[in-house]
Amino acid sequence: MINLLTVKRLKVEALDEGQWKPIVNNIDLYVDRGEVLGLIGESGAGKSTIGLATMGYYRPGCRIASGSIVFDGMDIMAASEEERRKLRGVRIAYVAQSAAASFNPAHRIIHQFAEVAVQHGVMKFSEAERKAKDLYRRLFLPDPERIGYRYPHQVSGGQLQRAMVAMAMACRPDLIIFDEPTTALDVTTQIEVLAAIKEVTTRFNTAAIYISHDLAVVVQLADRIMVLRYGNLVEEGLSRDILNNPRQEYTRRLLSARSTREARQTPGKESDMVLEVQNLSASYTKGVKVLDRISLKVRRGKTVAVVGESGSGKTSLARAIVGLLPPIEGKVIFSGRELSPELRLRDRDSLRRIQMIYQMPDVSLNPRQKVRKILGRPLSFYFNMRAREREKRIIELLRMTELPEKFIDRYPGELSGGEKQRVCIARALAANPELIICDEVTSALDHLVAYEILKLLGRLQTELGVSYVFITHDLATVRVISDEIVVMLQGRVVEQGERQEILVSPHHEYTELLLSSVPEMDPDWLNGVLERRRAS
Amino acid sequence: MGSLQLLKRSPLSARIGIGIILLNAVAALFAPLIAPYGESQVVGDVWEPSSSKFLLGADQLGRDLFTRLLYGARNTISLALLITLLSFTIGIIGGFFAAVIKGWVDQFLSRIVDIIMAIPTLILALMVLSIVGISIRDLIWVIALLDSTRVYRLSRALAMDIEVMDYVEAARLRGERTWWVMRHEILPNALPPLVAEFGLRFCFVFLFISSLSFLGLGLQPPTADWGGMVRENAGAITFGILTPLWPAGMIAFLTVGVNLIVDWFLRRTSELREEY
Repeated sequence: MINLLTVKRLKVEALDEGQWKPIVNNIDLYVDRGEVLGLIGESGAGKSTIGLATMGYYRPGCRIASGSIVFDGMDIMAASEEERRKLRGVRIAYVAQSAAASFNPAHRIIHQFAEVAVQHGVMKFSEAERKAKDLYRRLFLPDPERIGYRYPHQVSGGQLQRAMVAMAMACRPDLIIFDEPTTALDVTTQIEVLAAIKEVTTRFNTAAIYISHDLAVVVQLADRIMVLRYGNLVEEGLSRDILNNPRQEYTRRLLSARSTREARQTPGKESDMVLEVQNLSASYTKGVKVLDRISLKVRRGKTVAVVGESGSGKTSLARAIVGLLPPIEGKVIFSGRELSPELRLRDRDSLRRIQMIYQMPDVSLNPRQKVRKILGRPLSFYFNMRAREREKRIIELLRMTELPEKFIDRYPGELSGGEKQRVCIARALAANPELIICDEVTSALDHLVAYEILKLLGRLQTELGVSYVFITHDLATVRVISDEIVVMLQGRVVEQGERQEILVSPHHEYTELLLSSVPEMDPDWLNGVLERRRAS
Repeated sequence: MGSLQLLKRSPLSARIGIGIILLNAVAALFAPLIAPYGESQVVGDVWEPSSSKFLLGADQLGRDLFTRLLYGARNTISLALLITLLSFTIGIIGGFFAAVIKGWVDQFLSRIVDIIMAIPTLILALMVLSIVGISIRDLIWVIALLDSTRVYRLSRALAMDIEVMDYVEAARLRGERTWWVMRHEILPNALPPLVAEFGLRFCFVFLFISSLSFLGLGLQPPTADWGGMVRENAGAITFGILTPLWPAGMIAFLTVGVNLIVDWFLRRTSELREEY
């Protein structure tokens, strides 16, 4: 049997400072009709590059150096650009990570769906319209008859993502390449999109390449998996085989980074409150409350995880605590003293004792300041340290965050994502704070890197006795780092309590929904959850 | 990247631009040393053709054209540089304050800028200068203030972009004062496009001074100024003598040179942006 897609010895290079460097090294790949192949790897593994290469496409600055790509008997490398163009959208389709970036905000969704089919001359507009509505129905979109006539900004992220899947299926392609389609979505939305994808690919026997860094998600859909790292193949095999018998060390690490993280050991000692939020409400515009009577307590040396999806108000809570969002009612009490609601009115020492670390290390560090200045400023600002003392302390901070001394002279642009985040942690520590608010600090990092950061934060807490308010949407992270959990939904706290209690026996149905939506390393998990939900 | 490496990797157009600027800089700096005659010294016949005595011939009063061109470079370039620096200082401070403080300050400054920009610059300058007089000091302030409006717009837009970054918020949370945030967080990140704009504005100011001199309201005779020289020698054209084309050509020459460099710089800074 001839495969639908056969890729042999694919080599892709990228232009870096005038030289061509390989980003994909001699990859062999094949996909049968109706089969789903999963490509797993961290950022830089080359997964997207391979996915795009199968369509004969490469990003500017890259080139396909060598290898053969044969799709249904047609040699992609030898074909002309015109022939490849005819293939794209019709027989091979691509679903990108960001639906918002893939849709033209000036046109209605259904018109963009039809554009693919009509432009390629496959069908007329009226037929495309019918097909669109049919697909929207199959993908479980609400109001499938009319949703297509909305503009992209008028539907939610998950709905737009499914509309993009529909668009990809417009011409009934033989192969669809899904490039991290659910990475940017909330857990509860992700499940719906995964179900939709599974439904449509099985119904129409579409082959697919599913690219992701999340192993748990991929095993739900893929028959076979290829594990990639720095452009090289690490391991490949059937999904179940990879899960149950990983042969390579790297694969094992990817598996463990998700499932068997050690739960935190918490000594049950009662300690005093470092932060207390009482009945806090806040809003950005009159009438719409973004925080509704929130109360929570943080004990010294402990971590409170604030969990919620987008729109839950968790970042607003952080801003209210820190003084950027003055509340309309309620108060924030820090170490026994009430904090002024506005940042400007707080004294320098209060500001020093609460520090914040942000989600995206790329924008939380000034790209034009060296590490020395980034870490040195809090030292001179809060403690009036002289240059020599500062230098010593900076080196100590770098050591504490496991960074080499030589980084002191580097710019943020010369550091990796994980290294930048460590600098952010060091910057927070430079102030000798009592409380650090971590706003989704690991969400933008690869799983393995994120895990190391979480371990570092845990060690620092034990060593220094600093407390954390850890904001996140990722429940796996919560398991590792929290002592107490606060679950937020639409500006309200729906549940809070000790970690074990919440995770093992949640009371509120939203918490249950949240917990059950986290993908597990079990290929049957998705089907199981969907069945249970349909039954209830 | 070191400057030498930068130079090696620059395209031909940039090198030409650098060459032109260097030439003009040398002319401006060393005019008194290079020039064969005095700035306003009458040494020959009216519109005497070029010879071994006068490299480019003489102007309408018999002064050496080459000398006048050199001194013209010196006068106009130094004036344009000073004015551009002043306009940038005013524009950047205004723009940054408007972007960071927002509210009434922003409204007030932006509306004033809008009003000034609504009136054609040359006409406004002529009006103001004819009222306050045309001493060098008045000239500098008037042109600088008028030009600073464009810089204000750009700085304000840049600062607004940068201001929403997390690292600026981190600085504010620390308790940093507004001035510190503007100087250490915003300014270094706004510099690349601002430097490119500096080059462009320099050209405009230069042309503006020349236009004003041509109209009689800029640098006054006998001070050498390329625009003024075009005006003074304009009559030669009717006799088929190409004398005024020399100062006019020099104006174009310098403008092209600066633009080449600015283009190259902009291309490089947009690459820098993508790296982030």
